[in-house]
Amino acid sequence: MRYKRRTLLTVSLVTVGVVSVLVFISVSGSFKNMMIGQITDSFLGHIQIHKKGYVASIDSLPLTLNLGPNALQKIEKAIKQTPDIEAYAKRIKFGGMFSNFVETTNVRLNGVYPEDEAGTVPLLLSRVREGERTIRTGEILVPELLAKGMKVKVGDTVVVIATNRDGSVNGKQFRVGGILESATGPGGRDGYIHIDDAAEILRMDTIQISEIAIRLKNFDKLQEVFDRLKGELSKELNKQGKPAFEVHTWEKLSPFYNIARMIDVMTFFVKLMLIAIVLISIMNVMVMAVYERVREIGTIAAIGTLPGKIVAMFLIEGFSLGLFGAVVGDILGIAVISVLNVAKVSFNFGRQKGLLLSPGINPQDILLISIIVITISVLASLQPAYKASRMNPIDALRHV
Amino acid sequence: MSLIAAHDLSKTYLKGETRVEALKGLNFGVEPASFVSFVGPSGSGKTTLLNLIGCLDKPTSGILRVDDTDVSTLNTRMAAAFRGRKIGFIFQDFNLIPVLTVYENVGYPLVLVQNTPSSERKQRILALLDAVGMAELRDKYPDQISGGQKQRVAVARALVTKPKLVLADEPTANLDHKTAYMVINIMKKMKNELGTTFIFSTHDQKIVGEAEIVYTLEDGELDGR
Repeated sequence: MRYKRRTLLTVSLVTVGVVSVLVFISVSGSFKNMMIGQITDSFLGHIQIHKKGYVASIDSLPLTLNLGPNALQKIEKAIKQTPDIEAYAKRIKFGGMFSNFVETTNVRLNGVYPEDEAGTVPLLLSRVREGERTIRTGEILVPELLAKGMKVKVGDTVVVIATNRDGSVNGKQFRVGGILESATGPGGRDGYIHIDDAAEILRMDTIQISEIAIRLKNFDKLQEVFDRLKGELSKELNKQGKPAFEVHTWEKLSPFYNIARMIDVMTFFVKLMLIAIVLISIMNVMVMAVYERVREIGTIAAIGTLPGKIVAMFLIEGFSLGLFGAVVGDILGIAVISVLNVAKVSFNFGRQKGLLLSPGINPQDILLISIIVITISVLASLQPAYKASRMNPIDALRHV
Repeated sequence: MSLIAAHDLSKTYLKGETRVEALKGLNFGVEPASFVSFVGPSGSGKTTLLNLIGCLDKPTSGILRVDDTDVSTLNTRMAAAFRGRKIGFIFQDFNLIPVLTVYENVGYPLVLVQNTPSSERKQRILALLDAVGMAELRDKYPDQISGGQKQRVAVARALVTKPKLVLADEPTANLDHKTAYMVINIMKKMKNELGTTFIFSTHDQKIVGEAEIVYTLEDGELDGR
């Protein structure tokens, strides 16, 4: 500690490392959580249940893999027996033709119960850019790219034509109730109609559901609820003796999960870089400290200081450097994160514009980073400390 | 009973490929509370002998007992603990820690070696600083005091752990004559007041006269008392 400039430089280096890691964790974590929230709350839900095999062929939206009344009853029973589920929504998903009487194109549609859907994916109706934020019978929410391409506006009349599971074709006129902003991920560009209209187009005598989306009260209990639902529903077997249903968390349904994993991997490597910075800077300063104090070490060894105490002296010095760097870094890191929150930084992701970044850091992360820094500081001091304790006092006292 | 007893004490070491016999079969004893000097020219073995007595090195052969302990049997840790309890050191270059004040320099053996409670520590440090005439300069740093003052601080540091024996290797080599006498007289005074045995090496014939017992070393052999 006697060389103030060098000590200050080392502590500064550790501090910069800690601040960088805390800001990176908070910003990347905020981005990740926001995107997960956008995806799950806009259209996906936290968990989805389908008939076995549906997800494998989800691109073709097969009507032959829908859930009949008996299956639905079993699933709803399991859902109601599971605590921590806030809401669930039944959907009929199908593909069809969308016509404005001049042009025709493909469309993917969700037939939904509006209130259940709003409870399960609360951001869905906030994506309605034009028109009323509701889904009425006889009305359709048209995805914005489709509306733009087909030049349809709120209030226009359009026709949806679809093939039912038996192969017969049916059509129905709709009034455009609203234009729906795109969301990131599969399903983010689907249109929405009332489930009764979907059943009518598809000529269903009884409503047959393609998927059930579930929203949890507490997102942190995702795995717990998933395991429970999966366990419960795996008891239901099909004619082949295999589970009749499949349960997936959002992670298996959205490619964003891979980006989220990548962020986690990047965070891990950023932490590794921090470890390297601390290790190199503390080790450097401690090696120099030992080298510059050879005579001093010889003196304290000669007067009877035990080798263990000499080790402890240098370890305490390394510990102090790490502790000071970690504490200052934590304070500055929290300050930078607060400034980022006050500055209200926004960003665009895909077609979603102006997403507001709200970085936050939890105490566990701060504690973990601090523990890593202090531990590495002590470890980096071990070799120089050991070297000091093993010095022969006679040689050390002769050192010039 | 002698505080130090050496029987046929020898030390040989290798300097490159050359075998150097630094000490050759020494026999001597030092009584408690005595003021002893080992004199001799450079290379006569004074420092080697003090290193052996101070448990900083081990004899090649022979027996060396310090305060009834055969010091050749002590391992590194035991030797350090023995030094901490029984022996004080005064060095030619003072070896004060530059970032500590005079007060702290005298006190740190009590913290590092003996874990003395702070109230007792303060009492012992102030008493010794007073005895060596350095009480008024206790807040000064080593670079703010003269060579003679540094060596007085070193004497206080050597005595603060209440050792039975203080070893001083050429304690006056870096001092002028007047200051050298003053330091030797302080050592003598402390020996009289505390009953501590002082052994110092020197090649300065004028200083030697201050010792009660003088051993002369020549080429690793005791040439007389």
